[in-house]
Amino acid sequence: MTDRMKAENPKGSDNRSNEGIQRRTMLKALAGLPVVGFMGFEIFKKNNYAIEKRNSVLKELGLDSIEFPESNYGKSKPSGELIRIGFIGFGTRATQLSKALGFMHPMEVKKGQQNNTLTDWMGQEYLNVAITGICDVFDLHAQKGMATAGNEIRPGGQDAPKLPVKRYASYQEMLADKDIDAVIIATPDHHHARIATEAARAGKHIYCEKSPALNEEELNELYTAVKNSQVVYQLGHQITQSIVFQQAKEIIKKNILGKITLIETTSNRNTSNGAWIRHLDPNGNPKPGNEDTIDWKQWLGNAPDAPFSVDRYYNWTKWFDYDTGMIGQLFTHEFDAVNQLLHIGIPQSVTSSGGIYYWKDNREMPDSLHCVFEYPNRDLTLLYSGNLASSRGRGRVFMGHDASMELGNNAIIMADQNSTRYAEGIRSGAIDPGAPMISFNPGAGQIDAVSSASEKYYASRGLTTTSINGRNVDVTHLHLREWLECIRNGGTPSANIEMAFQEGIACIMAHRSYLEKRTMSWDSENKKIV
Amino acid sequence: MRQNYSNLQLTTLVVLRFLVGWHILYEGIAKLLNPQWTSAGFLKESKWILSGFADWVMSNSGILATVDFLNTWGLIAIGLGLLLGIFSRVAAISGAVLVFVYYLNAPPLTGLEYSLPTDGNNLIVNKTLIEAGALCVLALFPTSKIFGLDAWLLKRK
Repeated sequence: MTDRMKAENPKGSDNRSNEGIQRRTMLKALAGLPVVGFMGFEIFKKNNYAIEKRNSVLKELGLDSIEFPESNYGKSKPSGELIRIGFIGFGTRATQLSKALGFMHPMEVKKGQQNNTLTDWMGQEYLNVAITGICDVFDLHAQKGMATAGNEIRPGGQDAPKLPVKRYASYQEMLADKDIDAVIIATPDHHHARIATEAARAGKHIYCEKSPALNEEELNELYTAVKNSQVVYQLGHQITQSIVFQQAKEIIKKNILGKITLIETTSNRNTSNGAWIRHLDPNGNPKPGNEDTIDWKQWLGNAPDAPFSVDRYYNWTKWFDYDTGMIGQLFTHEFDAVNQLLHIGIPQSVTSSGGIYYWKDNREMPDSLHCVFEYPNRDLTLLYSGNLASSRGRGRVFMGHDASMELGNNAIIMADQNSTRYAEGIRSGAIDPGAPMISFNPGAGQIDAVSSASEKYYASRGLTTTSINGRNVDVTHLHLREWLECIRNGGTPSANIEMAFQEGIACIMAHRSYLEKRTMSWDSENKKIV
Repeated sequence: MRQNYSNLQLTTLVVLRFLVGWHILYEGIAKLLNPQWTSAGFLKESKWILSGFADWVMSNSGILATVDFLNTWGLIAIGLGLLLGIFSRVAAISGAVLVFVYYLNAPPLTGLEYSLPTDGNNLIVNKTLIEAGALCVLALFPTSKIFGLDAWLLKRK
């Protein structure tokens, strides 16, 4: 009752108990404080528990001392001289590459401004390059390239030099021009090795999309030409530029997984676009291009003669004259990812099998393909399994005796239930083999050993983004940046000619095994496939 | 203002206020303490009438950052308001609205399926909706002028 009186009559009367009542009113008013204090104490306790648990797991794994090199991304000023770049081939991949260099088509820029999606791109580091040459056998693509190279809105803003852009009728003309310092080759695969070889001989630095070469002879020729030149060669494998790969490298280095004897890599697609049927626009009409606008003879290059067809022009991946199908388009990335981490090199033998089981059109390439790469000297098997008629995700998994690592947009490390190294931890309950032992948050740049259930869930679905110093960064941009840094300051890029050679041999072995229906082996003494 | 609560009623209402306040305050602090936290995960799951709004928030990193900031500090302010009994009615009403918005983003209606596992079995009603209801009760049955700093504010008027 007194409570109510107090509330109703807070000023009170001047009787003797007034002071006592006021004090009680005061104390009641502060009733929430001890609750807040208790919560503060509990939060402190909980945080300490989490930190302690995290530290004990990390210490057990030897990961407590890991420090990732801090990237200088976004902090360095454009250095050295302007590099003048020529594009050879300006299709879909070239638009992505030019965007990563800081050049977008004016129409795309306008669209981006309207959708407010340009922020990350405009924040991209200025690379101090100019696209001064475009070469494409299709007029429409060449015109797109010219407009892209000439667009003035780009990272670097007002300071970015505006140089004239020249269209070259052939790549030979471009390579002969002393005003071109470096070339980016984004043609269909059957041109890669030949153009790159000639570029090396002409002294132009090379950024070449995968695959490096379609057969052993041209791969050897390319290797020799680059080795005998001063040019920087970088193969187009951007995914290993992701911050997650640096973290995965530490995991491998610290031997967290134990002895790795099996690596499984996969491609899982289930769309016509993913099966390289690309000659129709979204409305089902044929895409532009005919014999008047496409220089078909130049497009064929050294490939066997074939009548002009829009099908071949857009869907070249389907034929072995122009590439090696899933091996060249998809497995190359897988091989590079594994080779960058483990330096496995050339396999001793490769066995492939597969067939055309779903996309029964006029294609030569199989839509279901499985290759086994053996490395007996490393006690290791590398598996590749690609399928174009099911998109069930099968991941890229490194299997060790003590733990396995699934590496994608993020890295998830699970302890093996029969691990020797973690047996004690599993028995004591510190390590749960049914849940990720370590996960990475690409945004945070640190290892997270104890994350909440929902964080683990989101990480496993790849909903996190790769960022450096707080920015979202395109990995292709980083790969090009690495190439340009090596051109300016010397050094060897990550996907250098040695890596390209190893990858090229592994892919050619796999392709020939499918074609010749036999196991291909590598004669390391004579350096040839047998 | 006349309040004719019995002692037991008053105690029960204060306890309810502390429970809801505790939950909301800790939700805010937990987000504050986790630098990687973002509402994007929750918004990606948004179904039903607010999914368009959720997509809009996620479409721009600036908007997302603003929403994250307001959400975290809003929860902390509401939680403190309820626990300490300061601006308690404002806290209860805005808390009810905020929690109801959470509910509207992910209501357990037949036909809506979520990829995150849910807590318990829910049909139309879930704990989020009940919390919003509890906050309405707290707004209509105030206790902060007795057990809360609002008593002090009232005195100063």
